Amino acid sequence: MAQSTTAAGTLPRTRLNLSAYGERIAGYTILAAVAVWLGINFIDNPQQFMTASVIGISNGALYALIALGYSLVYGIIELINFAHGDLFMLGTLFSASVVAAAFGLLNEPVAMGPLGWVVFAASLALAAAFCASINVAIEFLAYRRLRHAPKLAPLITAVGMSFILQFIGLKWNHSGQRDQPSVLPQGSISLGGVEIDTSFFVVLAVVVPVLVLMTWIVTKTRAGKAMRATAQDPDAARLMGVNVNRIISFTFAMGGALAGVAGLMYEQVVTTTRYDVGLQLGLIAFTAAVLGGIGSLPGAVLGGVLIGLIQGLNEGVKYGAGQRWTQSVVFSILILMLVFRPAGLLGKATREKV
Amino acid sequence: MSQPTIAVPTPKRPQSIDRTRLGWPLGFTIAAVVVVVFYGFILPFLVPGVRVWVQDWLPISEINVALIWAMSALGLNIVVGYAGLLDLGYVAFWALGGYTTAWLMSDFGFGGKVNFNIFGSPGAASTGGIHLNVVLVFLAAAAVCALFGVIIGAPTLRLRSDYLALVTLGFGEIIPQIFRNGDPDGLGFNLSNATLGIGPIDSMTFVRINKGEVAVGQMNVFDHVGRFILFSLLTALIIFVSLRLRQGRLGRAWLAIREDELAASAMGVPLMRAKLSAYAVGAIAGGIGGVAYALHLGRMLPDPFTFAVSITLLAMVVLGGMGNVWGVLLGALVISWFNSTGLPQIGDSFNSTFGTNVDFPSFNFLIFGGVLVLMMLFRREGFLPESRTRLVLHEGEAGDTQAEEPEQELVDETTVKSGDVK
Repeated sequence: MAQSTTAAGTLPRTRLNLSAYGERIAGYTILAAVAVWLGINFIDNPQQFMTASVIGISNGALYALIALGYSLVYGIIELINFAHGDLFMLGTLFSASVVAAAFGLLNEPVAMGPLGWVVFAASLALAAAFCASINVAIEFLAYRRLRHAPKLAPLITAVGMSFILQFIGLKWNHSGQRDQPSVLPQGSISLGGVEIDTSFFVVLAVVVPVLVLMTWIVTKTRAGKAMRATAQDPDAARLMGVNVNRIISFTFAMGGALAGVAGLMYEQVVTTTRYDVGLQLGLIAFTAAVLGGIGSLPGAVLGGVLIGLIQGLNEGVKYGAGQRWTQSVVFSILILMLVFRPAGLLGKATREKV
Repeated sequence: MSQPTIAVPTPKRPQSIDRTRLGWPLGFTIAAVVVVVFYGFILPFLVPGVRVWVQDWLPISEINVALIWAMSALGLNIVVGYAGLLDLGYVAFWALGGYTTAWLMSDFGFGGKVNFNIFGSPGAASTGGIHLNVVLVFLAAAAVCALFGVIIGAPTLRLRSDYLALVTLGFGEIIPQIFRNGDPDGLGFNLSNATLGIGPIDSMTFVRINKGEVAVGQMNVFDHVGRFILFSLLTALIIFVSLRLRQGRLGRAWLAIREDELAASAMGVPLMRAKLSAYAVGAIAGGIGGVAYALHLGRMLPDPFTFAVSITLLAMVVLGGMGNVWGVLLGALVISWFNSTGLPQIGDSFNSTFGTNVDFPSFNFLIFGGVLVLMMLFRREGFLPESRTRLVLHEGEAGDTQAEEPEQELVDETTVKSGDVK
């Protein structure tokens, strides 16, 4: 299992092979402990558990969108795009200013009437286009020249790009938090004692179609086929008549559009943002992508929802560790996942090329 | 006269080894002595105009901070530059070293339960808590960091480059968060006083140089020259260890792993052991940097240990010249100075000259990010590159197609064969 993906796995095993069994036992023990923890929390207070789950799934849907952007880019050029979280942050700022501009134009608060929906849909399209064009520009300016360089070079370029985007966010929004306008209806619905925010339904109503659309593009269209071919082997794809540069640009555009959609949804639900929110959420989303198996699109969605769920439960239920440990919990999952199952939940184990 | 003179080619002495043996300690000592003499004996007696200018543009406290960065960057250079293991959570070792100092050299004492004094600060004898001698603290921090380096490395070092970077990133976020939440509410016991931090940390018994006087006594918080001597000694030690390790068996094993892990393992390099030792040595250097940081600050707060610190250290290594000790040293000193003093000072003088009101330090992100991107695009090997790194980083630029790569099975065969021969 775990060894198969790594270089060390090709070495002959000389010692007594206890570690593989120990590893497996440890993995199942951890899984069992998580299951027991979930069970105790559910029995203790089912309504609280369900409320926390709903919040978690709502966050997880957003993580899934960001994680998909990571996964798309990693799948095609094997680059951990550290700037992706900050692109998401720019998406929140951009959509906030679009919505604010709409408020200004209409000269009245747009509640969730038909006008509000129009504003919402327009800013959704604008935010997606904005982030997509930025992502394509970044790829064109910075990553394209480094495609054949050793992995460290594009990774550090991505970090540098992340700093530049943070600078833009800092100049745009200043260093503190600022309240941002929202057109979503406030309030919640009670379903059998479980409090559900109305925004939850909006998030699902936006995210699910976007994910379906994504799957359709990647699996059914010509561009999607070319994308998968490029991810397999860029040189062979070029020989087969695929315009590799254009396909990579297209992939970056799709990832950017997803980040823009996620940015708008985050801004509408949370109604506040910071210049460094992208770093935190980007790391969480990246963990989600790894959890699902990086490069695998359904894996990214699954990982995003799972991470959101775990985070929501951790913060919401009685026996959770609380919000102050969220980051630690998420990264512990990342580490355990990489140690026990480096390929992720849905990922395929790749063999190290010589 | 009549004999024909035949030029006998004399074998060249390996210059580089000679220089690493003798040349650099001499140069380093001279530089350090010049700094000490200047700041300890000359600066207090200069005319106020010059003194203020020097204190504005090159304050000794910032030189100390730059040396702390340099120690950690040199440690990271061993992990990233020598062994090629990308580490994005190096700040964890800084935090560990710093908190080890705080536990062992302050009144903290885990809720008044522990209380002893071993060659520690004599003034602290009456108060509670652990008061160890600073030398013992350095040893303890090195041991703790090496232990944690092995703990982090052992399960994770078989991962590939990107994944290894992520795991280290995870540890780099978790360990500072444990310190940040280390109060009774978060952990159930008081580990680190949470955001209040631990302090004050004991002053050291040391040769004190202040305003031109030399005396043995307690080094107070403002004695930057005394601390400079300590820090430059530590930096020299880390440089020495880096250079010597590099030329030894272990250094060559790291180099082989960096170039091609599979080939190295096929040729009999013990992968795990070499990687773990790279991790442990790097962690020790980071821990020493952390101890120096705690001594410099006089107390320990959890806030400075962020992802940005890890990235800054990585940038120092990469921009300076990965793998080359002198490049990394240069990169660390320059970037640290620029971050702490250079940018605000340049901004101030720009604003006063042109009558503008531009907030220069806020451009830090842009300049730093822009420099990273531009360097990666146009000078990937850094300011002072190691010759081998330069070659490697520019391979594959000549043409698009890479050489045909052999299949996995080939290596399996060779491994089996080498086992058979034995």
